[in-house]
Amino acid sequence: MESSMLTKLNTIHSHFNNNGGNIISALQDIQSEFGYIPEDAVYWFSDKTGIPASKFFGVATFYSQFYLKPRGKNIITACCGTACHVKGSDRIIFRLQDELSLAKGEDTTGDGLFTLEKVACVGACSIAPVMLVNQKVYGKMTPDKMVKELKTYEESPSE
Amino acid sequence: MSNNIKINVCMGTGGIAAGGDEVMAAFDLELRKAGLEADVEKHCAVHRVGCRGFCARDVLVDVSVDDVRTTYQYIKADMVPRLVEEHIIGGVPVEDWVVGQDYHDFHDRQEKVVLADCGQIDPEDIQAYLDVDGYKGIVKALSEMSPAEVIECVKASGLKGRGGAGFPTGMKWQFCAANKSDRKYVICNADEGDPGAFMDRSVIEGNPHAVIEGMSIAAYAIGAAEGYVYIRAEYPLAVERLHKALSQARAHGFLGKAIHGTSFDFDIKVKLGAGAFVCGEETALIASIEGQRGMPRAKPPFPAAKGLWGKPTVINNVETLANLPFILRKGAEWFASLGSETSKGTKVFALTGKICNTGLIEVPMGIPLKEIIYDIGGGIEGDRLFKAVQTGGPSGGCIPVEHIDLPVDYENLLKVGSMMGSGGMVVLDENDCMVNISKFFLEFTQSESCGKCTPCRIGTKRLLEVLTRITEGKGKKTDIDLLLDMANDIKDTSLCGLGMSAPNPVLSTIKYFRHEYEAHINDKRCPAAVCRSLLTFTVIENLCKGCGMCLRACPAGAITGEKKKPHYIDTSLCVKCGACFDVCKFKSVIKE
Ligand SMILES: Cc1cc2nc3c(=O)[nH]c(=O)nc-3n(C[C@H](O)[C@H](O)[C@H](O)COP(=O)(O)O)c2cc1C
Ligand code: FES
Repeated sequence: MESSMLTKLNTIHSHFNNNGGNIISALQDIQSEFGYIPEDAVYWFSDKTGIPASKFFGVATFYSQFYLKPRGKNIITACCGTACHVKGSDRIIFRLQDELSLAKGEDTTGDGLFTLEKVACVGACSIAPVMLVNQKVYGKMTPDKMVKELKTYEESPSE
Repeated sequence: MSNNIKINVCMGTGGIAAGGDEVMAAFDLELRKAGLEADVEKHCAVHRVGCRGFCARDVLVDVSVDDVRTTYQYIKADMVPRLVEEHIIGGVPVEDWVVGQDYHDFHDRQEKVVLADCGQIDPEDIQAYLDVDGYKGIVKALSEMSPAEVIECVKASGLKGRGGAGFPTGMKWQFCAANKSDRKYVICNADEGDPGAFMDRSVIEGNPHAVIEGMSIAAYAIGAAEGYVYIRAEYPLAVERLHKALSQARAHGFLGKAIHGTSFDFDIKVKLGAGAFVCGEETALIASIEGQRGMPRAKPPFPAAKGLWGKPTVINNVETLANLPFILRKGAEWFASLGSETSKGTKVFALTGKICNTGLIEVPMGIPLKEIIYDIGGGIEGDRLFKAVQTGGPSGGCIPVEHIDLPVDYENLLKVGSMMGSGGMVVLDENDCMVNISKFFLEFTQSESCGKCTPCRIGTKRLLEVLTRITEGKGKKTDIDLLLDMANDIKDTSLCGLGMSAPNPVLSTIKYFRHEYEAHINDKRCPAAVCRSLLTFTVIENLCKGCGMCLRACPAGAITGEKKKPHYIDTSLCVKCGACFDVCKFKSVIKE
C-alpha cells in the first residue's frame, strides 16, 4: 500500500477510535478521502481493528451511499422520486444512457468522465423533473436541455 | 428614495437551483454601484431567506420599501439592474415581474404555523429567529414549568407525530419520562425517505432554530441531555444550515451546560444518513446511528423504553418538533383550536405532480381535498382531467375523484385506504397509468426492503413480478386475485412498517382503478398510454409535414420518409422510446 494512503487511513483510524468505533462514520471518512471504498482499505481496517471485513462490507453494501468501485469525474444524479417519475424522469434517463453510451447495468462512461446514478428524491420536487450534476441542481429538465447542460462539463471538466 | 429598504431573496434548494446565488450577487453589485452600500444614512439590506413554498416560481424576491412589500417572480440575475434602478432608486415597482393573483391565492388559503417564519427570516442568523420570539418557548418551559407540566401541555394540545404514524406526542414523552435511566436521548428524524416529499428539508433549510428549540423542549420534558439529528446526506444545504444554527445556539447559551441559568444541560449532534429508506423507521434509525446495518427490530420494547445504546429515547419527526415552540409560546388551547375534531393543528404537504401550483403548503387539518387541489393548487396542469391524488408515498394510497370532498386528516385518509404519511401529495391526471404508479412504488419498496423478514423480502419481489408482467401485456386472468391475496398476507405478517404498508399502493389502485388493471390484462391495452410494451407509435399522414425531426431523433432507425413527405414508423424496428412523439411539433405522432 502506498504511504500516502497509509497516512490517510491512520488518521481515519484514530478518528474511528475517538468516535466509539462507528463503522458507518469510518466508511464515510474513507469514501470522502478516496471517492469510493477501496477493498484494500477495508482489509487494512479489519486487520487493524480485529473487526471482520465482512462487517464492513455488510454495512457498505446495505447503504446506497457507499461505492465499492471508483466513480466518474462528474456525477450525474437522476431523481427517480414520485414527482419526477410522473413528470417523465425516465425519458431523461433513457436519453442520457443513450447519449453516454452506457450499456445495461453500467453507470460510468469508458473515459471515466461521467457516472450516472439514480436517487429516490432530492427534495426539490416542485421543480420536477430534477437532475443533479456534482450537487448542482437542475430543475424542470427535459432530455434535450439535460444533454445540452452536460456539454459544458465535457469541455471544462470540474476541477 | 426611502431609507428603509429590505430585499429578501429566496434561497432554498429550489431558489438556488433557479439562480438565487447569482441574484443575491447581482443585488450586492448593483447596490454597491448605486452607492447605496456606502451610504450609512440609507438603510438597504439584502437578506437570504428560506423556502416560502412556491419554488416553481423561483427566484422569488421581495422588495419592501417602508414596509410596503412587492413580490417578484422568476427573477434572474440580469433582471436585477432594472429592479434596482426603477424600484429601489426610482420608487416605482416593475409591474411586469410582480406576482399575479395566483400567487396570492396559493398563499391566502393556507394557515401557516410551522412554515410561518420560513421564507421570512434569514435561517443563518439566530438574531432573525430571536426577533420573531424564537427560543421563548424553551425559556418559558425552563423558567415557569416543570417537565411534567410541559408534557401535560403537549398532551392537551392534541399534537400527533407528523412522521407518518400519527402517534400522540405527549403520550410518547410521558412513557419515556416514566422510565428511569442515567441517560436518555432525543432524536430528530430528518431522514425524509418518502420520494416526493420535502417538508422536513424546507423546515430545516428555512428555520433550523425552530427544530433545535423543539428538541430542547422534548429533552427537558423527558430528562435527556443529548440529542441527535439523523438527516439525509442528500440534503447538503439543510445540513450546512443546521450546523451553523447549532453553533449559534451554543454561542447564545441555548445549548450546552446550565441552559438559561438552570440545571438543564443539553446538546445536539448531527448524524448523516447513508441512503436507506428503511432507516426512517425508528428502530432501524437507531441501529444506523450506532453504526450498524439499518435493520428494524421487533417492538416492544419501544424506543421509549429501550432506544439508542439501549437507553430510553424519544424519536420525533422534524415537523412535529418544529410545532413545539409555538405550542409552548401560544398555549395548548390555541393549538387545539386549529384543525379537525380528531386531528389538531396544521399539516405541511408537498404538493407536486400534475398540478399548476406545485410547492409546499401548510393547511389546517380537516381541509377538504378539493380546496387543496383547486383553490391552493390552482387545478390540474393544462386543464386535463384530475384522476387521483397519491398521499403517504410508498406506504400510502391513491384517492380518486369520488372522494374529492374528503376532509384531509389522519382518520379520513385511513378510511379511504390511504394515509397521511409524511405529507407527500402527488397529483395524477388522465395521462397517468395507475398500474404503472403502483409498479413504481413496488420497485421502490422492493429495492429498499432490508431483507430481514421473509414476507417483505420475498413478498414485495413477487408483487413486483406480477405487476411487471401486467404492464408488459403478459398478465393472467387470475393476477388481480393473486395480487390481493399476497398483498394482504404481506400486510399481516411483515416485521416493520415498511413491509406492513408496502402493499397499500397496490390495494388502493385495485380498489379504485380495477378497470385499468383489467384493460392491461384482458385487452392488452394501457388506457393512459404509458406502459411502453403496450403502445404502438404511428404517424398521422395528413398532419405530418415531413420535417424529419422524428427521423433524426429515432435511435433505432425505425423511421423512414423523404423530406416534406409523410414519414412512416416501422413497428417491427420501433423500440417504443417515445422520442418521435416528444420531438414532433405538429402532433402528428400518436401513441395508443
Ligand atoms: C419504512 C418507514 C420509513 C419511515 N420514514 C420516516 C421518515 O422518513 N421520517 C419520519 O419522521 N418518520 C419516518 N417513519 C416513522 C418513524 O418510524 C417514527 O414513527 C417517527 O419518526 C416518529 O416521529 P413522530 O411521532 O414525530 O411522527 C418511517 C417509518 C417506517 C416504517
Ligand atoms: S421526486 Fe424528484 S425531487 Fe422529489
